[in-house]
Amino acid sequence: MAEAIVRKERPKYLNLVQIRLPLPGVVSILHRVSGVGLFLALGGLIWVLGASLGTPDQLECLRVVLAFSLLGLPVVKLVLLGLLWAYLHHFCAGIRFLLLDMHIGIELAPARASAVAVLLVSLSLTVFLGVLTW
Amino acid sequence: MVKRLVVGAHYGFRDWLAQRVTAVVMAIYTVYMLVRVFSLPVYDNAAWRALMAGGFTKFVTFLFALALFYHAWVGVRDIWMDYVKPISVRLTLHVLTLLVLVGYAGWVAQILWRL
Repeated sequence: MAEAIVRKERPKYLNLVQIRLPLPGVVSILHRVSGVGLFLALGGLIWVLGASLGTPDQLECLRVVLAFSLLGLPVVKLVLLGLLWAYLHHFCAGIRFLLLDMHIGIELAPARASAVAVLLVSLSLTVFLGVLTW
Repeated sequence: MVKRLVVGAHYGFRDWLAQRVTAVVMAIYTVYMLVRVFSLPVYDNAAWRALMAGGFTKFVTFLFALALFYHAWVGVRDIWMDYVKPISVRLTLHVLTLLVLVGYAGWVAQILWRL
């Protein structure tokens, strides 16, 4: 039997500027973006943990690093604030995905509502914990 | 014959499940540690050090770290599989990711058990 290999080119529509993601899609891509950010920062975060539990010299070094600013902007603290948001978003969106896995909230309206909730809760928790720990 | 890629996802259920199990472990740890930190009597380095020096805290923190590294491995590998098509490059990135994460695990163990 002759094998006919028919490869259909799948249509791709990946113009990032023109794609209009629905809110659950925004939550999803931010889940990936926050995951990448946290992965890239992992080494730095482990260093912070180590320094916070290290010798007095390391602790002093951590204080200097945390106070570092560029053009009047406390860049290290701002990066940490961004990572706090990344963690909280990843956390909230992850719980939403676990619920979806269990077929909870998979109808259109609840799925949209939970996507909004993820965005709002993670942002407000970032503000709350950010203000508390600044 | 099923065509299998060296850098494929092993076509199974295991990683999908591991991603979720490690997520639940990390979520529970996060809430537990938030409660512990919020119930500290004072906020200084000594209190933080005393909290982390506890045997149970060390144990669960290390479990959290291992769950995190497994979780990160599955997630980052998915990203390489989504965006990196040449098999040699993809395999290299997989190996580098694994090596970095295994190194991090050793680093965290060293931080925790010198306390």
